Amino acid sequence: MARAAHPAGGQPGTGGDRATAPGPGGQGGTSAPHRQAHPKTVLEAAEIQRALTRIAHEIIERTRGAEQVVLLGIPTRGVPLAARLAARIAQVEGRPLPHGSLDITMYRDDLRLRPARGLGPTKVPAEGIDGKTVVLVDDVLYSGRTVRAALDALNDLGRPLAVQLAVLVDRGHRELPIRADYVGKNLPTSQQEVVRVLLAETDGEDAVLLEPVGGTSRPRRGGVTGSRGGATGRRR
Amino acid sequence: MNRHLISAADLSKQDALVILDTAEELARVADRPIKKLPTLRGRTVVNLFFEDSTRTRISFEAAAKRLSADVINFAVKGSSVAKGESLKDTALTLEAMGSDAVVVRHGASGAPHRLAGWVRGSVINAGDGAHEHPTQALLDAFTIRRRFGRGSGEALDGLRVTIVGDVLHSRVARSNVWLLHQLGAEVALVAPPTLLPIAIDDWPCAVSYDLDAALPKSDVVMMLRIQQERMNAAYFPSVREYSRRYGLDAARLRQLPDEAIVMHPGPMNRGVEIAAEVADSPRSTIVEQVANGVSVRMAVLYLLLGGLEAVQ
Repeated sequence: MARAAHPAGGQPGTGGDRATAPGPGGQGGTSAPHRQAHPKTVLEAAEIQRALTRIAHEIIERTRGAEQVVLLGIPTRGVPLAARLAARIAQVEGRPLPHGSLDITMYRDDLRLRPARGLGPTKVPAEGIDGKTVVLVDDVLYSGRTVRAALDALNDLGRPLAVQLAVLVDRGHRELPIRADYVGKNLPTSQQEVVRVLLAETDGEDAVLLEPVGGTSRPRRGGVTGSRGGATGRRR
Repeated sequence: MNRHLISAADLSKQDALVILDTAEELARVADRPIKKLPTLRGRTVVNLFFEDSTRTRISFEAAAKRLSADVINFAVKGSSVAKGESLKDTALTLEAMGSDAVVVRHGASGAPHRLAGWVRGSVINAGDGAHEHPTQALLDAFTIRRRFGRGSGEALDGLRVTIVGDVLHSRVARSNVWLLHQLGAEVALVAPPTLLPIAIDDWPCAVSYDLDAALPKSDVVMMLRIQQERMNAAYFPSVREYSRRYGLDAARLRQLPDEAIVMHPGPMNRGVEIAAEVADSPRSTIVEQVANGVSVRMAVLYLLLGGLEAVQ
């Protein structure tokens, strides 16, 4: 998942197509041909599995058995992550854990900076979120704006007892007073770098890649908050 | 997608599918405790209706309000139009008030197209004369897709849609023929020869005069209203004779395949083009069409107004 500033031309999938992550880009080959440097693998498949297992146990511990927990993944890649966490918690606790997805497109703060984009699925488990502990799940935590939008979206769906946040990668550079409760890996990054999360469900393999500074990156805060997500039509 | 929605014929299959898929997601908002999204906060939508309308105007108003847009309803009665103001001057007035979108219904075919040349915002055609009514076609396509269990991303390939009745005066028929054809459906028109437009040969659909022969081969039957208000000549000998030959009654309903559905864009003339028992049968989608209309119009408003303003 691309999350750094670089020109839209540097990568396919401009616009509303968030599901697009260019091919399996983890085999040392460059997935973005315009970039000279090779992407660095920061998490391999087994490490992602271990991180998710740890987060699952932390959720159980922090919520005292995860009895009133609902996991909501933020499309695109938060959704399979939420499903995996739910499966692991179910394994440990011996009962199914409700999980679903929460699309935040309509709540974004940068809607007017780009053409209207398609919507992802919002599927809230039948038992609803009132009185539950909702754990939001996303792949990368960056500016925090996605999470802010997700909190607004939750507000329109009901009144959870508490909201927590689980992310696979926290890459820093927050623009809002938001932090994650469960983090797979803290990854110090430069704002010009791109963190790309690949998952078997959406990309055919599991990996987290860090793509170094591209030669033609534009400055991140060029007055356009959406610049980071622009490349893959991705929210920040 | 274009900046305006004037004609269903302007929509590519891809455009149409994006609208239907977006509507599918937005339909879920109706099931929530808070039926509102903040997306169009601060945007103004003007409903400019030069012709009477109940469901279309209310549907657009509900759609805009669910997206948090401000709605100005412009009723022609009691406005300066009654004093003789031209369409252009009315448009410029709206423009000066800062409208972001104008939803226009007009008795003259082509009025929304002209309007699009005068205003900066988006123009959405809510019915112009006997020309087009694109959001009606979109909501019909949406209703068909849902009823036949097809989900997001799927088109209407292989479905046989028969449109029956007053095609000549029907903007709904024209928009539907183009859109449903674009989405892969096989469209057939059935009407008395007097109620078919002259240039019908250019439309991407089959034409016949015999309803009873068409029914067993239809997955969808769309009944059109007999538009008495537009009829200034005798198009058929009597309403009763029309009803006998082209009305959908219970006996004809039984000729349809088991899973087939009956649609009507409303308002209905019960007992003329559709019998009351057919309109109220479980195979009729008439009430669903109204509910779906709000979702589809939300999708159109969101896709036209929600993002970056398109460059002219």
